Amino acid sequence: MINRREALSRVALIMGGTVLGAEAFLSGCKTDTKGVSFSKDDIAFLNEVAETIIPATTTPGAKEAKVGEFMQIMVSDCYEEKDQAIFMEGIKKLDEASKKLNSKGFMESTPEQRNTLLVALDKEAKEYQAAAKPEDPKHYFTMMKQLTLSGYFTSEVGATKALRYVAVPGKFVGSYPYKKGDKAWATS
Amino acid sequence: MAGQQYDAIVVGSGISGGWAAKELTEKGLKVLMLERGRNIEHIKDYVNANKEAWDHPHRGGRTQQMIKDYPVLKRDYPLNETNLDYWAVDKDSPYVETKRFDWFRGYHVGGRSLMWGRQSYRWSDLDFEANAKEGIAVDWPVRYKDIAPWYDYVEKFAGISGNRDGLDVLPDGQFLPPMDLTCVEKDVAERIKKEFKGERHLIIGRTANITVPHGGRPGCQFRNKCWLGCPFGGYFSTQSSTLPAAMATGNLTLRPWSIVTEIKYDKDKKRATGVTVLDAETNKTIEYSAKIIFVNASTLNSTWILMNSATDVWEGGLGSSSGALGKNLMDHHLGIGAGGIVEGYEDQYTFGRRANGFYIPRFRNVGNDKRDYLRGFGYQGGGTRQGWQKEVAEFSIGADFKEALTEPGVWTLGMGGFGEMLPDPTNKVTLDKTVKDKWGLNVLNIDCELKENEIKMRKDILADAKEMLEKAGVKNVQAREGDGTPGRGIHEMGTARMGRDPKTSVLNGNNQVWDAPNVFVTDGAFMTSASCVNPSLTYMAFTARAVDFAVSELKKGNL
Repeated sequence: MINRREALSRVALIMGGTVLGAEAFLSGCKTDTKGVSFSKDDIAFLNEVAETIIPATTTPGAKEAKVGEFMQIMVSDCYEEKDQAIFMEGIKKLDEASKKLNSKGFMESTPEQRNTLLVALDKEAKEYQAAAKPEDPKHYFTMMKQLTLSGYFTSEVGATKALRYVAVPGKFVGSYPYKKGDKAWATS
Repeated sequence: MAGQQYDAIVVGSGISGGWAAKELTEKGLKVLMLERGRNIEHIKDYVNANKEAWDHPHRGGRTQQMIKDYPVLKRDYPLNETNLDYWAVDKDSPYVETKRFDWFRGYHVGGRSLMWGRQSYRWSDLDFEANAKEGIAVDWPVRYKDIAPWYDYVEKFAGISGNRDGLDVLPDGQFLPPMDLTCVEKDVAERIKKEFKGERHLIIGRTANITVPHGGRPGCQFRNKCWLGCPFGGYFSTQSSTLPAAMATGNLTLRPWSIVTEIKYDKDKKRATGVTVLDAETNKTIEYSAKIIFVNASTLNSTWILMNSATDVWEGGLGSSSGALGKNLMDHHLGIGAGGIVEGYEDQYTFGRRANGFYIPRFRNVGNDKRDYLRGFGYQGGGTRQGWQKEVAEFSIGADFKEALTEPGVWTLGMGGFGEMLPDPTNKVTLDKTVKDKWGLNVLNIDCELKENEIKMRKDILADAKEMLEKAGVKNVQAREGDGTPGRGIHEMGTARMGRDPKTSVLNGNNQVWDAPNVFVTDGAFMTSASCVNPSLTYMAFTARAVDFAVSELKKGNL
């Protein structure tokens, strides 16, 4: 019962334990979940946040991958109560930060304004996390960004359009030609 | 309620139980195979085998409800959304931990053969002779020459892919073509060979995944979804291999939902007469009789059955006259290793998903190497190119960030140790006096921990991993010192060991209970020591050998 475990641990190791996918598998949450409720507006809001992080380009963006809905499911079912509170509060905080920076709510902002705001929040969150102890609460934007990446790249559009995925490879080649610009495999 | 008479009863349907059933039925015996859990039919019941990540609401992760329902399974990777039904329900089947022991169980037809890691290695005489040479525990009554033909036999049927590496510590077997090492693994393998003057080796893992069609199975498709059950029969399991062979004889009856609570023992004849079954669905008790009983309920549950049997003759149960029943519990200790980055190879990638890794066989306390502890360890690992989970320092969000994540990152290579745990009589299981399971049955109390020898060894596992990778040119090598709690190897061994003397062992060299010659225990419970290699192939070989012996004894009228 080994390869899977070693593979996951290895990812966590190499990435200093900050990886989203591996963390989702291995994190040991402890307490009961209390109901959290997301409104339709919340989900639409989260889809726009996610789309700003992973926009549609030549391939679909996070909104098409329904990352807002994914965040709702993950926060409701998988987050501990204290993290749920941080996340829900984060929706408000993000909108307030938008009003402060751009003088309007996030939903009313232009894509450029949204981008500027989230770049600033990403910087803030990274600085916060760098100084935080493991037991300290996470920054809400770190949560949103992590859920966006894992939600997008494990979605069908993310895995098959932004990345490459072959359902039944039929063989394994350990030295396979690669040229710059080729997509990564969705999963190894 | 009276049941039927069979020639043989096999208790349990996992890796060793499946082999016992196959061998016994093929030799013409009418066999009843009892399984405590539900049936899982090959392919038909692998309900998630063709699902993709996005078909799972939590993409394969774990919910708070699952964490609440599975207080033991949550301790490591097995708790997940994709194969939750393959793991025993913790709250139905509790056990007591005098010291923490992570016990991950599969209670269904096929047992853990459905979810196993499939790594398949032979033992060598370095392993079989170690107890005798070092004065540890008792001597194995078996040597490599006794078991080698049986390794051949089970490998040919199970289908083990691997390379013939010609190493004394890890004898070659009857292999199907090996899987490919990745380009960086080949690079590191060469450098390790050079740096350590041919005394350390990085080889492709030997695995029970078939790389060519084998035994009517089409073979591994490199999906890396083994633990969901494989619709292609890509790996050895009871369902893909031994069960269909046993069924084909027309001699097998499989009965799921059958918890064996006791082996019936006739003290005048000094033979077992059958088993008592508690139907897990109806709670009714049924008795079945047979001439031979194979106990393959998984290490700790086999010992539990023995402890609950013949208690009118021996208070501690069948096999307890030796004083060894329940003692010398072992696992492999792991959770320690290192990893880093391999520079270059930007024009190389991989194709397919290899459900296998590399292996570095034991090199400590081999030949002239002498350490301040006994035995040794191997490493398992992999060298792969990073995907979307890589860190991108240049961009924070947006289109450039997205594009950067859609290209592969650097190559990384990491590995973790699997250390041998010495048999120690204070590492033990006993019957708990108070706690009952869902069926009102008494449960085990597990009292097991790593001792001084293992703790010393772990220092080497860590330091050697780091040193080897650094010498092999791996950059930014980071050591990982994780949790060595026993049980996490999911290689429970011992507690009904074999030996040469009935005063100190439960079984003789043919896996026969000294006190009941028609009872054979051939799962991990028989292990006299643990080696550092994955154990299942050894259970297969000993099971086939024990069946051969049992049937020949039966024919001679000795059972």
